[in-house]
Amino acid sequence: MPHGRGRRSLRQSIDWPLVICYLLLVIIGWLNIYAASHASEAAGILDFATRSGKQFVWILSGVFLAIVILFVFNPRLWEVIAFPSYLIVFLLLVAVIFVGAEIKGSHSWFSLGPVSFQPAEVSKITTALLLSAIMSRQGFNLGNKKDLILAAAIVLVPMLTIVAEKETGSALVYVGFLFVFYREGLSGWFLVAAALAIAIFIITLTVSPFASLLMLLVVVSLCFSANTGNIKRWILRDLPLLVLLAFLPRIWAAAGGEEPSGLWARLQPSHVLLMLIAITTLWYSIRGYKAKSLPHWVAVFTLLAGMAMTYSTEFIFNDILQDHQRKRIEVLLGLMEDPSGVGYNVHQSMIAIGSGGFVGKGFLQGTQTTYGFVPEQSTDFIFCTVGEEWGFIGCLFVILIYAFMIARIILDAEECRDRFTRIYGYCVASIIFMHLFINVGMTIGLMPVIGIPLPLLSYGGSSLWAFTILIFIFLALYKDESKYF
Amino acid sequence: MISSRSIKLLAGLGVAVTVLVVRLFTIQIADDSYKKSAESQSMVYDVIYPTRGIIYDRNGKILVGNKTAYDILVTPREIKAFDTLQLAEALGVNPDFIREKMNEYSRNRKRIGYQSVVMMKKMSPEAYMKFAEVKYKFPGFKGQMRSIRDYPFNAGGNLLGYVSEVDADFIKAHAGEYKSGDYAGKTGIEAARERDLRGEKGYNIYLRDSHNQKQASYMNGEMDKEAVPGKDIVTTIDADLQQYGQALMNKKVGSLIAIEPSTGEILAMVSSPGIDVDVLADIGQHYADLVKDPYKPMFNRTVRASYPPGSVFKLVNGLIGLQEGVLHTSDKYPCSAGFPYAKGRKLGCHYHASPLNFFDAVATSCNGYFCYVFRNILDNKKYPSIQDSFDAWREYVGSFGFGHPLGSDFPAELGGNIPTSAYYNKLYGKKGWKFATIISLSIGQGEIGATPLQIANLCATVANRGHYFIPHIIKESAGIEIEDKYKEALYPAVDSLYFGYAVEGMYMAVNGGGSAGGTAFAAAVPGLDICGKTGTAQNPHGADNSVFMCFAPKDNPKIAVAAYIENAGFGATWACPIASLMVEKYLTGKIRPEREYVEQRILSSDLMSKVKVK
Repeated sequence: MPHGRGRRSLRQSIDWPLVICYLLLVIIGWLNIYAASHASEAAGILDFATRSGKQFVWILSGVFLAIVILFVFNPRLWEVIAFPSYLIVFLLLVAVIFVGAEIKGSHSWFSLGPVSFQPAEVSKITTALLLSAIMSRQGFNLGNKKDLILAAAIVLVPMLTIVAEKETGSALVYVGFLFVFYREGLSGWFLVAAALAIAIFIITLTVSPFASLLMLLVVVSLCFSANTGNIKRWILRDLPLLVLLAFLPRIWAAAGGEEPSGLWARLQPSHVLLMLIAITTLWYSIRGYKAKSLPHWVAVFTLLAGMAMTYSTEFIFNDILQDHQRKRIEVLLGLMEDPSGVGYNVHQSMIAIGSGGFVGKGFLQGTQTTYGFVPEQSTDFIFCTVGEEWGFIGCLFVILIYAFMIARIILDAEECRDRFTRIYGYCVASIIFMHLFINVGMTIGLMPVIGIPLPLLSYGGSSLWAFTILIFIFLALYKDESKYF
Repeated sequence: MISSRSIKLLAGLGVAVTVLVVRLFTIQIADDSYKKSAESQSMVYDVIYPTRGIIYDRNGKILVGNKTAYDILVTPREIKAFDTLQLAEALGVNPDFIREKMNEYSRNRKRIGYQSVVMMKKMSPEAYMKFAEVKYKFPGFKGQMRSIRDYPFNAGGNLLGYVSEVDADFIKAHAGEYKSGDYAGKTGIEAARERDLRGEKGYNIYLRDSHNQKQASYMNGEMDKEAVPGKDIVTTIDADLQQYGQALMNKKVGSLIAIEPSTGEILAMVSSPGIDVDVLADIGQHYADLVKDPYKPMFNRTVRASYPPGSVFKLVNGLIGLQEGVLHTSDKYPCSAGFPYAKGRKLGCHYHASPLNFFDAVATSCNGYFCYVFRNILDNKKYPSIQDSFDAWREYVGSFGFGHPLGSDFPAELGGNIPTSAYYNKLYGKKGWKFATIISLSIGQGEIGATPLQIANLCATVANRGHYFIPHIIKESAGIEIEDKYKEALYPAVDSLYFGYAVEGMYMAVNGGGSAGGTAFAAAVPGLDICGKTGTAQNPHGADNSVFMCFAPKDNPKIAVAAYIENAGFGATWACPIASLMVEKYLTGKIRPEREYVEQRILSSDLMSKVKVK
């Protein structure tokens, strides 16, 4: 145990490496905001009319906020106000749908004169606080159906409200709470199931329902075999058999077999797969019923759900997603080449980052970001400036700071014996991770264009303050550990 | 006490970060297509056009120079509301022109975007200054300076050639050398020495933003390239003589060429009607008219037209006959107003004393005499058949530079035509033709075609007593080399001795002194010792072509001239005085008072109307 018991000095009780990471990131952000906007504004970095000047004010006020959170408030306060603040923010989330100004198609901003404020930013904090408060209660157990539903509801309520605000990007961040649930005892199969659902969605759209079904069958049979300890048999028997049967019609055709006639003529590869799935499902059901074994039923459920998912993907894609979201996904998945339309952002962003090379073009020397080829370059696409001007080295540095920060928060959280602090720590780590992966992934074409900021780097007071509060509440809680243990 | 689940989560974090880093590595280091995209997108190469090389005449006078002109560029996106009438006045155009242009830009605004488009081309500096004074009132309009060709002498449109913007085919044919918007020499000297004249383009690299606005110099101009001006060219042309030749050939259809025999340098070269230099500067505007003109001013007759040379060709046949030993200068042949070559058929001749020796035959241009000469050549017992003797004759003729391009530095030069025995075999059958069949060749008629340049070269060859240098228009000068072939004398297969006889005949043709009168006395200028040979070539499309070639002085000749005037009539009437005026002008710098009436007659005559055009 790295930290001793009893009263510790300030030097020991505050996790300084995290504070340093925080400061490094805001300064990197500030410099890059200046770089991204200096050409169009042509003023000093501290000119308050410019974005970098404004960001400087946000940073100073953020640091002030951090000091207040660390040293003024009693950290126990956060647990106490968790529920009321969650409620208030929820009301704001709902209210903004009706009174919020429409900005870029979403109703998620309150405009109070010159200041705009997005309740969704704060909602991440209040959700994390309430989740930590509820889940840290004596006797709370995710294995318990009632508790699981309660925890899920705490996350889903703001998440769905934000979807209703048409801020799907911000809502996606809430998926990150799955990691918290996992840490607190939720079965790992939920993560696998979520990953499988995403995979089915993508494969169905990009390749074919056939490929999707094949993958489903392979994964389910593999997991089932792994669960029952029969991996060898799966590799030697099930997999080859599966693939052989799945491709039978094609092999038949390739081998120059006779043109099938009648019913056989209309037989498509996916029909064979569907029959295979039906047989497997039936077999698992009978075995599951006889042996009363859970894995069989899980397998059956997954197969049915996966099949439903495969055939409803087109429906979800075409009828549930909004136009711009559908286009962004189409561009990401390469279904639509459109470098000057929706794909423009990603295309330009990748050009900017890609042109940075190993060491970058140097501070203020980026041509793509400086001259306005990349849209939203000081907010959502701030990483482009890092990539272009500081190159691979700079990107690696920034990503490693985030990775270090996330890992450090997880390790700190693990160290805490207060469940509230630990769960809250995981929430913070998950949120930062989701933002990092989605935002950076978006700029380098790994994720669809989802408008969420890069924590602490992107321009904007709302976001900077939210992450400052999020992180420093954890630091305050962590510092407070010593008082109680 | 770290839970196994947190380790799995940390491992997951590691995997996710690795995915991001690998992806970054791919696009930033492994794949350089993004760098190229960034460059093409953010860098704008501002081309600096080099000034084109200047073309000088042999005495250092500028034939083709450069002058400044302005293009008016419009950036439609930057235009603010403006006073159309005031702009029209400043630009010197009709207000409707501006309205029409504005409508056009507005229709094409999507395609134009933030780019600039050219609204007007080649404004003179004077006209541009008027606009420049009020330019500030018209944002979005600007002038772009450029250098265009300037012609101080009205000398040789076809000779100098023109420069025009390259088109798609030209760019394709010269892969990698030109880009759209470049200019290149298309004809004449401009085309022949394009590589020297054009220079090398330079560029300034600027960074631009997403609105195509220039923002800054790239790397403080370290990567910029200066334009290399084109090399100057010194030509063999004598600007004054060229201009004089142009004046003499005004309103006449044909060619006039002057060569310095001792070097093969072309002193003047006129193809008439030609392209006026005023038109040359702005060829694009006049191109359609030039192409439609029935007199074909774009057609450089001097090196491309194939005419029957007429009587001047008698010299060639005479020289071949002397060389072959089937003719001796003292041989006399009778001429009874022609040569009877078949029953009741006669190749006619004018009336003169008869019989004549070689010198008198040349001087009086006796048709009958040269029919005997050509018959002797073809009936030479040395050769087993007429085919063999004809081929031998053809080889001689070829050695004079006929029947193939001479190899001048005119890229468009053609070679005329000398028929082959195979041609006649095909036409008449192997046994079907004899001397009488092709008797016209005796006097330079029939199937023979020669370019005026080849005729001038023949004249220079005789002047040199048996050798010539390939005629050319580019002089060697600093940085400009010419091919060695222009420095080597070429020898026709006839002894120098016989050329001396030909010179005597030509001298007598101009200055008299033989037993019969000369045909070219109109060319005589006291003290200049001009030697000449007239020709009157039949033209199936109307009156005869008037031909004359001469050189002077007789000893150590300085100039050889060939004049070929279409449908003008007797050689002695038109071509003869024109050529002799050229010689006189070149050698003495002026025209003697007693010959001024000749000059006036030539300058004021319109022989164009005699040319039938389709």
